[in-house]
Amino acid sequence: MTMTTKTLYDKLWDAHIVKQRDDGSTLIYIDRHIIHEVTSPQAFEGLRLAGRQPWRIDSILATPDHNVPTTPKDRASGVEGIEDMVSKIQVKTLDENCDSFGITEFKINDRRQGIVHVIGPESGACLPGMTVVCGDSHTATNGALGALAHGIGTSEVEHVLATQCLVAKKMKNMLIKVDGKLGKGLTPKDVVLAIIAKIGTAGGTGYAIEFGGQVLRNMSMEGRMTVCNMAIEAGARAGMVAVDQTTIDYVKGRDFAPKGEQWDTAVASWRRLVSDENAVFDKVVEIDGSVIKPQVSWGTSPEMVVDIDGVIPDPVQEKDTVKKAGIERALEYMGLSAGQKITDIQLDRVFIGSCTNSRIEDMRAAASVVKGRQKAANVEEAIVVPGSGVVKAQAEAEGLDRIFIEAGLEWREPGCSMCLAMNADKLGAGEHCASTSNRNFEGRQGYGGRTHLVSPEMAAAAAIAGHFVDVREF
Amino acid sequence: MKSFTTHTGIVAPMDRANVDTDMIIPKQFLKSIKRSGFGKNCFDELRYLDEGQPDQSCEGRPLNTEFPLNFPRYQGASVLLTRENFGCGSSREHAPWALGDYGFRAIIAPSYADIFYNNSFKSGLLPIILDGSTVDQMFTEMYETEGYELTISLKNQQVVTPSGQTFAFETDEFRRHCLLNGLDDIGLTLQDADAIHAYEVKLKDQSPWLFDAFKR
Repeated sequence: MTMTTKTLYDKLWDAHIVKQRDDGSTLIYIDRHIIHEVTSPQAFEGLRLAGRQPWRIDSILATPDHNVPTTPKDRASGVEGIEDMVSKIQVKTLDENCDSFGITEFKINDRRQGIVHVIGPESGACLPGMTVVCGDSHTATNGALGALAHGIGTSEVEHVLATQCLVAKKMKNMLIKVDGKLGKGLTPKDVVLAIIAKIGTAGGTGYAIEFGGQVLRNMSMEGRMTVCNMAIEAGARAGMVAVDQTTIDYVKGRDFAPKGEQWDTAVASWRRLVSDENAVFDKVVEIDGSVIKPQVSWGTSPEMVVDIDGVIPDPVQEKDTVKKAGIERALEYMGLSAGQKITDIQLDRVFIGSCTNSRIEDMRAAASVVKGRQKAANVEEAIVVPGSGVVKAQAEAEGLDRIFIEAGLEWREPGCSMCLAMNADKLGAGEHCASTSNRNFEGRQGYGGRTHLVSPEMAAAAAIAGHFVDVREF
Repeated sequence: MKSFTTHTGIVAPMDRANVDTDMIIPKQFLKSIKRSGFGKNCFDELRYLDEGQPDQSCEGRPLNTEFPLNFPRYQGASVLLTRENFGCGSSREHAPWALGDYGFRAIIAPSYADIFYNNSFKSGLLPIILDGSTVDQMFTEMYETEGYELTISLKNQQVVTPSGQTFAFETDEFRRHCLLNGLDDIGLTLQDADAIHAYEVKLKDQSPWLFDAFKR
């Protein structure tokens, strides 16, 4: 008799099955539901219209993040400081919904407020072994904890509110193994951009991705979160990393993490959250981490990425007509031409923040690059937006805010900010931005704006130089 | 939810791969707390030559006459023909809401992003997967024939072209059942309330730290 081996994803899935239905669908139990102001109002409305109540209030944590202003001046007056009336109504609606149902919410100026995917792990609300959902595609960030975490739409937000479950179909298993040793100046962001460049933006469609290999084992929790965060940019709803001592050490002592005897029981169960030896994956991708160079996106899809010493690709060399047309359109939108050196792209703005790169480690990394230097004159604005009030306080305690301000960068209040420009932080038409965020789609950071995705170190170096530079030689 | 049984409608092109949900409905329109009214801003940055604002009337905004959905021949289209990885990016369900509100009842593409695909079924929009060569053929026929219509039967899982050629597609049984009948799947799940309660009893015993964490 052979024992069935399981992947980490298999284990998480199996542990959450409420019911296997005859039609092939499965009811999956949701342990933690994170909500924000943009994708929840219609779900609460639906709940009310049907006369339903949330199933388990204590599973829900809410915070406003997408619409909140990040300038200290606007932020000082809380919700009232939101100048855009439509945004203000949305944030107020979240507050009202949470107040009326008794849902725990970190309100706009709560010290613990921040980007949903930053505050989940940081507060200990999201833990290893959990199923975590949020009406936001970057929910996979929490997978770094060894959790099954993914984004859902608003109908599913309502479904989870009402039933604590999702009707789901099991995804396939993919292992992305990054071995070797990362070179100096190379970051988790470069790793995940290199992964997306390799497998493409649809490479992970239909899969849950486990990121493994020596590079991931050596990575901090913050770094693993950066990698899992962008699983969706590789097409996968869920990304995850197996639990190890790094995971346990990170979770220990967090506000909502278990304590005392419960902690010991929890840790014992979490230690099993690794793929069995010889577990079978539907697909395995192996990447040599030692050859990864700093990555910069040049186009309008996260797979349009090149090495810092590379050049803008030539559509003539692409044989697939649909892809060729995509490259041509991206070049036109970005105002770039084939053969141009990446280091020649002049920058107008720099954004350091987003659920991908706004944790304390990212702040430290960016600060270490700009320390004692000055922002280039051609960079009109360089903003640093911490991922949460907790990150902000920690950074300030370490004096990082002073380093940024002295270098000519702006130090802001926490929120999603210019990653998707739903608040006042946005690019102007035609402006090039070095951004630590996750998407370079047309108009993403502002109407006509041109995004280049990079690591915090690369963004910081670009702010100083005024154009992209190889941070390894900076 | 609006049910979908059979539908015949004019086909319009979105002839590019990796159409993302930011493109389908730009972020400024996500500030709405309603579920409807997104149709006029569907593909806003491609349809209009200016930057759209929420709560703004679109009457009189300058149209991009080079964008196919603005061509007279595609007016009233209810089937969108497109390429690989449609709906990638953000999980915003506003994307299928916008497409549905615009008047689309079905999308045809070789592949979709997972979350968009799932959201579409929940919003009464049928995302059909056909292989790349069939999609190529439909693009060719559509460009050649003004008023090109397709007939879609969800029950039979078939798309029929004007020449009578039939292409089969597949959908999950549960999703098909819900969409055919316009069913509220929350109601269906709540029929299993006992199973959910039983699961929770077991969970509380095994992993008590998962409960009342915010009181810690």
